[in-house]
Amino acid sequence: MAAGPMKMRATLGQGFTDVRVLMNHPMETGQRKDSDGKLVPMHFIQNLTVKVNGKLVVDAQISQAVSRNPVFSFRLKGGAKGDKIEVAWMDNKGESNSTEMALA
Amino acid sequence: MRAAFLAAAIVFTGAASAQDAGKEIQRYRDMVAEGSPAELFELEGETLWNKPQGPKNVSLERCDLGKGPGVLKGAYAALPRYFKDVDRVMDLETRLLHCMTVLQGRTLEDATKRVFGNADQPSEMESLSAYVAAQSRGMKMAPGVSHPKEKQSIELGRALYFHRVGAWDFSCATCHGDEGKRIRMQELPVLYKPQGARATAASWPAYRVSTSSFVTLQWRMNDCFRQMRTPEPNFGSETTVALIHFITATGAGATYNGPGNKR
Repeated sequence: MAAGPMKMRATLGQGFTDVRVLMNHPMETGQRKDSDGKLVPMHFIQNLTVKVNGKLVVDAQISQAVSRNPVFSFRLKGGAKGDKIEVAWMDNKGESNSTEMALA
Repeated sequence: MRAAFLAAAIVFTGAASAQDAGKEIQRYRDMVAEGSPAELFELEGETLWNKPQGPKNVSLERCDLGKGPGVLKGAYAALPRYFKDVDRVMDLETRLLHCMTVLQGRTLEDATKRVFGNADQPSEMESLSAYVAAQSRGMKMAPGVSHPKEKQSIELGRALYFHRVGAWDFSCATCHGDEGKRIRMQELPVLYKPQGARATAASWPAYRVSTSSFVTLQWRMNDCFRQMRTPEPNFGSETTVALIHFITATGAGATYNGPGNKR
């Protein structure tokens, strides 16, 4: 199930913007065994970025410790109506996905 | 005197910690609900709803869930109900199955091959249920209760709820018959009374955190029968539909707030 859906919500506050993003990913630790007793290979999101109007504001390195179908939320300084927010991830297999929205 | 005082103190701390645990579980549930992966299943379900499939290579967009072909708004809140075209009562999943066979031309065998998924591979039925149910959010649950077949189905469901079966002589009411019962930390709702049934009607189908999967009411019935050690019921059988109908009708009037979250 590579690059399933992503869902983002961003709300404008007084001088800040709250971004919450939900993403579909198996986040395999490499420790789990399948029904045949074989190890399920590691498969997890390594890198997560948030951009506001093309400018990088969050660049996160994450690991297997994060759960399946993770949710992330960030509070960004500032923000104005119409600002474009982009969230993207890349996993250890080189798969990636992204979503974007304009602040309303 | 001193012993009595000690005993009272122990009873008191026992009650307090059970209450704290309940509060903590509620806090955990609220946190999960904030960013529920159920939404991902809704998105996946939308894709599947619009995807042409089966020998006829058509999508489910013309599927009539009771409000007319392709009408999704409020459709889930009015289910289960009687469908004239098949002359029987159907719940959401049974109706979806009907559309898969009639509209898409799939065989019953093909369409029910994998109705219950797992974390690695969710089933088509689960994602579709999430998508359809979500279109009734904020609406009052009002399953069909007036047609003679609907009345019959609810009565069958009520009878089945209390009917003891299987090697362990269990009925639904064995676990879901008294207030305040639980299995481990999971409270068991009393589903033949409106209060317990409303919370159930308002939140199923749901994302189940402990298995990272999306679960439906047909799955819940199936798994309860497994726990009661009966033979496995057929998917969409009269039995499972009647039980779902009885529980939903008992919980009628609840505002639908799903797809929800289960532990």
